[in-house]
Amino acid sequence: MFLLKDIHYKDILHIPYLEIKSGEITCLFGESGSGKSTLLRMLNNMITPDKGEIRYQNQSISEYIPMELRQEVVMLGQEPIVFDGTVRDNLLKGLEFSGKPEVDDSSLLALMNELKLHKKLDEDASKLSGGEKQRVAFGRVLLMGAKVYLLDEPTSALDEETENSIMDFVTTEIKKKKKTAIMVTHSKYVAKEYSDTIIYMNEIATTPNNKVGTGHE
Amino acid sequence: MNEMLDITLIQLISAYLFIVILLIIVRLRKIPREKEIVISTFRMTIQLVLVGYVLTYIFENEQWYYSVIILIIMETFAIYNIFKRSKHPLNRELKKIIAVSMVAGTLFAFLYFDFVVVQFSPWYDPRYFIPIAGMLIGNSMTGITLGVSSLMEGFSSRKKEVEAALMLGATPNKASQKLVNHAFDSAILPTINNMVGMGIVFLPGMMTGVILSGASPLSAIKYQIAIMLGITGSVALSVILFLYFGYKTFFNKSAQLNI
Repeated sequence: MFLLKDIHYKDILHIPYLEIKSGEITCLFGESGSGKSTLLRMLNNMITPDKGEIRYQNQSISEYIPMELRQEVVMLGQEPIVFDGTVRDNLLKGLEFSGKPEVDDSSLLALMNELKLHKKLDEDASKLSGGEKQRVAFGRVLLMGAKVYLLDEPTSALDEETENSIMDFVTTEIKKKKKTAIMVTHSKYVAKEYSDTIIYMNEIATTPNNKVGTGHE
Repeated sequence: MNEMLDITLIQLISAYLFIVILLIIVRLRKIPREKEIVISTFRMTIQLVLVGYVLTYIFENEQWYYSVIILIIMETFAIYNIFKRSKHPLNRELKKIIAVSMVAGTLFAFLYFDFVVVQFSPWYDPRYFIPIAGMLIGNSMTGITLGVSSLMEGFSSRKKEVEAALMLGATPNKASQKLVNHAFDSAILPTINNMVGMGIVFLPGMMTGVILSGASPLSAIKYQIAIMLGITGSVALSVILFLYFGYKTFFNKSAQLNI
């Protein structure tokens, strides 16, 4: 699905070669400062590498219209952002930005239930706690029906129990709908438990022409 | 002009008593502002005296190019002042946009005012041309200054929000819509408030001038209404132009944030 060749980005990242497979959940694992988020942001053209090429579905990322690519390869940022308005407004924001039709309240409530978010749709989103905001932001991204989900520490603000139940739900959904997910995490448990492939950030930078994450042996 | 009392030099000097009182208060309260007060009083005096002589000369030698030169000087000064008053560093492109929006916005409003609303005769009559151009340019200058600071402020304080919107596939236009609208609002608000208080809270300078020169208050308010509308138009137009082109400088061609 993604193919990265000879990527350089400032002093942060150097990737000689990397493939990320379609239909899988791939985890980017590594310590902070290892370039996980940077790599993720490159995949939906939020930043452009100084050198090298990233291909998505056999076409260079720079050839896509950035907005269209980002609606197909949607990203959940590390910091949960809520926009002005209610929980409903926030959940629907992604659909609004991408010009897709809204979904009805019952679907929103069902999704919130899965995300263990027991709030009213009319509640002011700015009043939510950090963990609740993170789940609203997560829900917003899931609603977009994208092909690829880029998730940057999607459960960092959650307790372990909620984290597990949400990851169970999300990974099942992604598998069921044959989507692809690439997830940044610093939790070894999350990486091992929920991913098909783990990319160790310290390995891709130092081993030339490796094929970590491809699944080929 | 014939009905207006002339102030003698002695009388004028007596008005400086207000500054003396201010200086005494400031000194007694130990507020370290004496230097600024003296300098600004001095500058105000010198600048106005010079302007008085320049205007006298121009009024006596009506030439279209004198009026146009004054207009260019005012525009240049206003643009320079916007750059200087910005608390955030401005890049080249943004400066260019400020200059173009300022000139285009004020000039359009002013030409409309000159040729359609008041119909100066001749079109460059300095008695009308210079003060009215000054008012439009001055107010647009304040408007754009507020717009610039609100826009820069918005992009730095709401950067994460704009970025989150981009990640969801929003266009730069949609991602920054909220802060652009906010910038427009804060730029235009003083002008709107000005209209509300007009005539009740204060008699504006222009109207005071027209009344002092012996015209009837009714013809003074006609000018004042026209100029208020002109100012509103000029401010709105230059601010819209600035914001329309200005927000785009915060994004590159890959729709990524530049900052």
